[in-house]
Amino acid sequence: MTYVTHDESEFVPPMEVEEAELYHPKTFIGKYIWSQDAKVIAIQYSLTAIFVGVIALVLSGIMRLQLGWPHVFSFITPATYLQYVTMHGMIMVIYLLTALFLGGFGNYLIPLMVGARDMVFPYVNMVSYWVYLFAVLLLVASFFVPGGPTGSGWTLYPPQAILDGTPGASWGIILMLISLAFFIIGFTMGGLNYVVTVLQARTRGMTMMRLPLTIWGIFMATILALLAFPALFVSAIMMTLDHSLGTSFFMPALVAKGEHLGYNGGSPILFQHLFWFFGHPEVYIVALPAFGIVSDLISINARKNIFGYRMMVWAILAIGGLSFIVWAHHMYVSGMNPYFGFFFATTTLIIAVPTALKVYNWVLTLWRGNIHFTVPMLFAIGFVFTFINGGLTGLFLGNVPVDIPLSGTMFVVAHFHMVMAVSPILVVFGAIYHWYPKITGRMLNDAMGKFHFWVTFLGTYAIYYPMHYLGFMGVPRRYYAIENTVYLPPSVQTLNEAISIAALIVGAAQAVFLYNLFWSYRNGKPAGPNPWRATTLEWQTADTPPKHGNFGPTLPVVYRWAYDYSVPGAPEDFIPQNQPPGKKAGPSLSAAGSRPA
Amino acid sequence: MTIALVLLSAIMAIVVGWLVHKTLNTTPWVEQRTVDVNGRDGALALLPVQVGLGVFLAVATSLFALLITAYHMRMMEADWTNLDLPRVLWLNSAVLVLASVAMQWTLVAARRGRIDSVRKGLAASGVFSFAFLAGQVWAWQQLNGSGQFTSFNPAYAFFLLLTAMHGIHLLGGLAVWARATLRAVRGADFAKVRLSVELCTVYWHFLLLVWAVLFAVLLYSHR
Repeated sequence: MTYVTHDESEFVPPMEVEEAELYHPKTFIGKYIWSQDAKVIAIQYSLTAIFVGVIALVLSGIMRLQLGWPHVFSFITPATYLQYVTMHGMIMVIYLLTALFLGGFGNYLIPLMVGARDMVFPYVNMVSYWVYLFAVLLLVASFFVPGGPTGSGWTLYPPQAILDGTPGASWGIILMLISLAFFIIGFTMGGLNYVVTVLQARTRGMTMMRLPLTIWGIFMATILALLAFPALFVSAIMMTLDHSLGTSFFMPALVAKGEHLGYNGGSPILFQHLFWFFGHPEVYIVALPAFGIVSDLISINARKNIFGYRMMVWAILAIGGLSFIVWAHHMYVSGMNPYFGFFFATTTLIIAVPTALKVYNWVLTLWRGNIHFTVPMLFAIGFVFTFINGGLTGLFLGNVPVDIPLSGTMFVVAHFHMVMAVSPILVVFGAIYHWYPKITGRMLNDAMGKFHFWVTFLGTYAIYYPMHYLGFMGVPRRYYAIENTVYLPPSVQTLNEAISIAALIVGAAQAVFLYNLFWSYRNGKPAGPNPWRATTLEWQTADTPPKHGNFGPTLPVVYRWAYDYSVPGAPEDFIPQNQPPGKKAGPSLSAAGSRPA
Repeated sequence: MTIALVLLSAIMAIVVGWLVHKTLNTTPWVEQRTVDVNGRDGALALLPVQVGLGVFLAVATSLFALLITAYHMRMMEADWTNLDLPRVLWLNSAVLVLASVAMQWTLVAARRGRIDSVRKGLAASGVFSFAFLAGQVWAWQQLNGSGQFTSFNPAYAFFLLLTAMHGIHLLGGLAVWARATLRAVRGADFAKVRLSVELCTVYWHFLLLVWAVLFAVLLYSHR
C-alpha cells in the first residue's frame, strides 16, 4: 500500500454551518417521542424491532416444544402451530431483520458515517417510524382477533391463505396484508431518506469510494427494497381485494364442501411470482447490510485495511443487480417450463461468484492481521463460518434436480436459517456490541458478551446441522407432528428432541444479551469517544453519544478512505478519515480512546 | 414476468452502471489528497428533494411495471374475457394531457418569475386533474351500469385496480399541488413556489406517461 503525504497548504477549512442551533429540540416530547433526529428514530426502530423479535423468538421456542415432545403440550393445536410458524417467519424476516438493518442501523449510521447532520428529510423519517409502529401494532393485534393470526405459512400462498380451514382466514390474513402494506409505505419513506442522504448529503471529501462498506451495504439494500417491496405491496392489495370484495386475481374456480365458491379464473401462480419477485431480493436486503457491517468489523478488529475494497463495492452492486433475476428458484416445484428452470438455476449459481469473492476478501483481510478477538470480532468471524455453511447448501438447492426432492423438507429450513437467519442475526449482535458504546457512551459487558456469543454460535450449529439430515430423510417442514410415518426411523424423533433442547438453550441465552443491554446502560465501563480505535466518522464526534446535529459547530472534512489501519510510518495504527494528510501528530482523539480489555 | 424482468433489469442496470462508472478509476487507498472546494464529491447537482422525487418515481415505476406484468400474465391465460372499455377514457386522457400542458406552462411562468401566471396555471392544472379523476369515476360507473359483469370478471377487477392505483398517485400529487397553490396564493417565497411547481411538473408528466402506458395496455386487450 502506498501512503502519499501532502502538505498542509492543500487543506480546506471545515465548512461552517449556521443552522446547528436549529437541530436542538426543546422539549422532552420533541426529543424522544416525536423526534426528527435520525439517531432517536434509529433507537425507536431498533427497540420496536427487538420487541417483536422477542415475540417471534418465543414462538419458535413453542414450535420446538411441539416438535421435540409432541402431544405433551395441550395448548399447541395443529392450528396454533401453523399460526406460530407463520408469525415467526414473517416477523423475523420483515419486522425484525429488515426494520433493524435499515430502520435501525441505517438511521443511526448513515448520517454519522457520511458526515451529515441528519437525514435529508427528517420529518418524513419520523413519519416512517410511526407508520412502521402502526404496522407492528396491526400485526400484533392479529393475535387477539377472532380466529387468531393467519396460519398460511409466511409465504401466504393463495388460495389456501384466504379459504376457510386455514387458521385466521377471516381476520388474521387481512390484518397481516394490511400490516404489510403499511410496513411498505413506512419503509418507502425511510428508504427515500437513506438513498438521498447517501447520494446528496455526504460531507466534503466523502466521495462515494471513501464510504465505509457498511454504508455501501445499507445503500444497495435500500435500493433493492425500494424496487422489490412494490411487488409485495401489489400482491397484498390484490389478495385483500380477493378476500374482501370477491375479486379473482389469485383465486381459481374452487369447489369447497361440495359447493362452488364465487371465485373464477384467478391465478395462484401469479401470486407466487409476485411474492418471490419481492422475496428473493428480500434475502439480499437482509444480507447486504450484514456484508457491509461485517467488512468493517473485520477490518477494525484485524487492524488491517479491507482486502479489495473496490471489489467489495462491485460485489455488493453485482449481488444487488443479480438478485432481481433469480426469484423463480423458489418455484421449481410449481411446474415451470424446464428452460425457465435452467435460466434461473444459472443466474442463481452466478450470484455465488460475487458472494464467494466477498468471503475470500474477508478471509484475506484476516490473513496475517493483528487480530483482536473482541466480542464484535467473534460475531463477525462466526458470521463468515455460518454464511459459508448456509451458502454451500444454497448451491444444492439452486439446482433444479436437487431442489425438487429436497423442496418442502427440513433441509430447506436448515438452509435458509443458516444463510439468512443466523448469519444476519450474528451480524446484528456484532454490530450492537460494536456501536453500543457510541449510542450510550458505555461498553457492553465483555464476559456476558462472550458467553452470549459462544452459546449462540455453537447452539445454532447444534440446531441446524442435524436439521439437514432430517431433510435428507424426507422430514417435511411445517408439519405439526410426524409420528408413525413409515419411512422415518424412530431416531428422527430423538434428533428432534435434541434439536429442541439446543433451541431452547439458545433462546434462553438471548436473555443474557437483553440483560446486558440494560445492565451496561448503567454499569458499563465508560467507553470514551473511540473505544475500538476506528477510523470512520461516527467515532470522531465531539460528544458521545452524539447530540442532535451529530458534529458540533463544524462538519468534518474527509481526507481519506475508511480503512487506514496499520499504515507504515503513522504514529498510531489507525488514521481517522477526517485527519488531514501530512500532519505528523497522532490522531487527536486517540488519547481519550481506550481499548477494552 | 418478462415485462417486469426487462424493466427492473433496466433500472438496476442504470443504477449499477452509474455507480460502477463512478467508482471505476478510483483508488481510494492512495487518494488521501484534498477536498475540492467547489466539488460536490459525486453528489448530483440537484436539491435533495429533487433527487428524492426521482427515487420515488423509480419506486412508482416498479409498482406499475409489476401491475402491468400481473395483468399481462393473467391475460395470457385461456379463459380471459376482454372488456368493453368506456369511451369516456379517451376524453379523460385528453383532460390529463391538458393538465400536464397546464403544469408545463406554469413551470415556464415560474421560471420567468411571473407569479400571476403561476397562480392561473396551477389553478388550471388542478381543475384538469380533478376533472380527470371525476372522469375516471364516471368510467367506473359506466362499467358498473353496463350489466355485463354479474360476477367479478378478472379483466374488470384489473381495470379497477390499475385505474385506482393511478388515481391514488394523482391524488397524492394533488396534495403537493394544494400546498404549492397555497404558497402561490399567499405570496410565499417565490423560490419555494418555483421549486414546488418544478416538482409537480415532473410528477404530472410522469403520471401522464404512466397513464399513456396503462391506457395502451388496456386498449391492447380491448376486444
